[in-house]
Amino acid sequence: MQSQREYVLRTVEERGVRFVQLWFTDVLGTPKSFAITPAELENALDEGMTFDGSAIDGFSRVQESDVLAKPDPKTFQILPLRSRHSDPDGSSVARVFCDILNLDGSPFEGCPRQVLRRSLERAHGLGYSFYAAPEIEYFYFASSDPGGPPKPLDGGSYFELTVADLASDLRKRTVLTLEDMGIPVEYSQHEDAPSQHEIDLRYTDALTMADTVMTVRLVTKEIAQQEGVYASFMPKPLAGVQGSGMHTHFSLFEGDKNAFNDPGDEHGLSALGRQFIAGVLEHAPEITAVTNQWVNSYKRLVIGYEAPVHVSWAYNNRSALVRVPIAKRGRSESTRIEYRAPDPACNPYLTFALVLAAGLRGVELGYELPPEASSNLYSLTPEELASEGIRPLPSSLADALTAMEGSELVAETLGEHVFEWFLRNKRAEWAAYKREVTPFEIARYLPAL
Amino acid sequence: MDPLLVFPDPPPEWLTGVLDAAAYPWRAVADANMAGRLEPEDGWAGAVVVAGSESDAGFLLCRALRKRESALAPLLLVVEKGQLGELELREDLFDDFVVAGASVAEVEARLAHLFWRTGRGKQHDLIVYGPLALNLETYQAALSGRPLDLTFMEYELLRFLAAHPGKVFTREVLLSRVWGYEYFGGARTVDVHVRRLRAKLGEEHAHLIETVRSVGYRFGSVRWLPGSGS
Repeated sequence: MQSQREYVLRTVEERGVRFVQLWFTDVLGTPKSFAITPAELENALDEGMTFDGSAIDGFSRVQESDVLAKPDPKTFQILPLRSRHSDPDGSSVARVFCDILNLDGSPFEGCPRQVLRRSLERAHGLGYSFYAAPEIEYFYFASSDPGGPPKPLDGGSYFELTVADLASDLRKRTVLTLEDMGIPVEYSQHEDAPSQHEIDLRYTDALTMADTVMTVRLVTKEIAQQEGVYASFMPKPLAGVQGSGMHTHFSLFEGDKNAFNDPGDEHGLSALGRQFIAGVLEHAPEITAVTNQWVNSYKRLVIGYEAPVHVSWAYNNRSALVRVPIAKRGRSESTRIEYRAPDPACNPYLTFALVLAAGLRGVELGYELPPEASSNLYSLTPEELASEGIRPLPSSLADALTAMEGSELVAETLGEHVFEWFLRNKRAEWAAYKREVTPFEIARYLPAL
Repeated sequence: MDPLLVFPDPPPEWLTGVLDAAAYPWRAVADANMAGRLEPEDGWAGAVVVAGSESDAGFLLCRALRKRESALAPLLLVVEKGQLGELELREDLFDDFVVAGASVAEVEARLAHLFWRTGRGKQHDLIVYGPLALNLETYQAALSGRPLDLTFMEYELLRFLAAHPGKVFTREVLLSRVWGYEYFGGARTVDVHVRRLRAKLGEEHAHLIETVRSVGYRFGSVRWLPGSGS
C-alpha cells in the first residue's frame, strides 16, 4: 500500500498533474466526481475527503449526511483525453476511483463499489475469483432538441453517406483512447441497427471491469461530444430496431483453474458451472430490476430482437438468457457463461455483484440445472413454455420490482440501505411513468375512441 | 553506491571539489597495489585517473586496472590540455577523458553517461531497453521519450520484466514477485495486466512483452540492446 501511495504522489509531481478527479458512482450507476489539487491528494489517500453525501442519489441517510471518498490508489490513471486536448501547457488531469466510507472509516453501505467488493470477498472466501467481459452496445445520435426524436447518424434520411464514416471514426477513436488508458478492447464493430455500435472488452476481475464500464461510458460520450454528436447507452432508443444490451461473459477461477471447465465433459462445462448457471437462472427474475433498471429497459426485452425474454439457457441459441459459448478445443481457460439480460445503462457494480451472488447460491445449495432450451423460444406459445417449465423474465419495471422485493438474496447482496433506497426510487419512477399519456395512446385511441 | 577509485593520492583539489559537489563517493589510491587492497567488496564503481604530466604513473595505473581479471570500468581519464597528443594509441586505457579544470557539470555529465553505458553507479535507478526507459526514482516510464500513463501495478510489472530482459517468467513467479502473496486474483491477473500493458505500449511496441506458450512471459530478446532506440 505504501509504495502505491508513493507511486501516485510521485507521478502527480513528475507529470505536472494539476487536478485529480475523484470518481465514484451513485446507486443508479451515474458517474460522480469532484476534483482536488495535488496538495490535497496526500491527505485524501491517507484519510479520504469528506463531502456531503445527501446530494448523491442513494447516499442520503437520516442521521449523518457526511461521508468520505477514499481513493483506491490501484486505479490512479492520467487521463489521455484531457492531457491531449485541453491542456496546451502540458499539464495533465488524473482520475482515481474511490470507495465511499463512513466518517469512522467503515465501508459506507450505500456505495455500489463496496457492494461488489463484499460479494467478491465472499467468493474469495470460498476460493474463487470472478471475471467479467461485457459487450457494450450503444448508439450515436445527431444533437437535436432534447424532446425531439433521436436522429441516427447513418440512418440515411437526414445525412449523406459520409456521415456513416463519422460514427465508425468516433468508435475507432474511442477504442484507441481506451487502449491508451490500458483498457484492452477485444473488438469493436458496427451493430445491426442504424448508428449502433459495439465495444467488446477483454475479461478482467469484476471490480476493475465495473470501473472500466464506467470509464468506457464516459470516454465514449466525451469523444462524441467533441464532434458535436452524442452517444447514448439507453437500452431502446429507437422502436422497431434492436436495442442496446450489455451481454456479459462471466467466469469463475479457483486459483489458476477455470472452475467452469471440465475437460471430461462433452461441452467442457463442469458440474460447478452447471450449478452456477442454475443459480443465475433461479434468481434471474429477482435481479432483473437491477440488471435492467429503467422503464425503457423493458422495451428492449421483447420478442424478436435477440434479447432474452425467458428464463432459459443453451449452448448456442441467442434467444436464451444464459448462453454457454463452446470453448475452442484446448482452450479450457476460456469456458464461460454469457448473461444476456443486462443493458449498458445498468449499474455495473450492482449487476456483477448480483450475478455472482445468484451463481454462488446455486453452487452452495447444489441447484439442479434444467435441460437446455433447444428450440427458438420466441416461437413457442405461452402454453408450450409453461409445459417445458420455462418462466418469463419480468416484462416491466413494475414486475421486476415485485420480484426483487421478495428476494432475500438481493436484499442480502445489496445490503438493506441500497435495497430499500433502490426499491423506493424505482417505484417512484414507475409511478411517474404511469401518469404519462404516450404518443402510442394518442395515435391509437384519440380518433378511434 | 560504491566509491570511485581516484588517483593520485592525494588528488588535486580541483578534482575532489568536483566529485564532492557531484556527490560521488570516492577513495584515493597511490598505486595498483593499493587499489587492490582498498577495493570495496562489490568492486569499485569506476575510476577517475589523473594522467599527470610529470610521469607515466597515471597511464601505468590505467593499464593495470584494465588488465585485471575483470577490467575496471568505467574509467575517466583527466588530462592537461597539452597532453591530448599522449592519448593516441592509448584509447583502450580509458572510457572517456576530461581536461583538468572542467566544470562540475561537465564531469558529472561525463560520469553519468559512463555509468549509464555500463549500467552502474548512481544511474542504476534508470532502466533503458530500446525505446523504453524507466526511471525507478520517479516511477516514470517513457517510450521514445513519450511518457506512458501506467497504473501502479502496470508499472511494477513492467519494471520487473524490464529489469530481467530475455528471461522467461511463469505467471506464478510474476504473481509472487510483483504482486506479493497478499493478492488473490490468481495467475489470470498476470495475463490481464500484460494485456493492459501491451495496449498502452501500442501496437508497435506490444511485442516487447512476448508470450512464451504454456510457460509465461518474456520481456525483450535475450540480449540487452542498450541505446538501440531513441
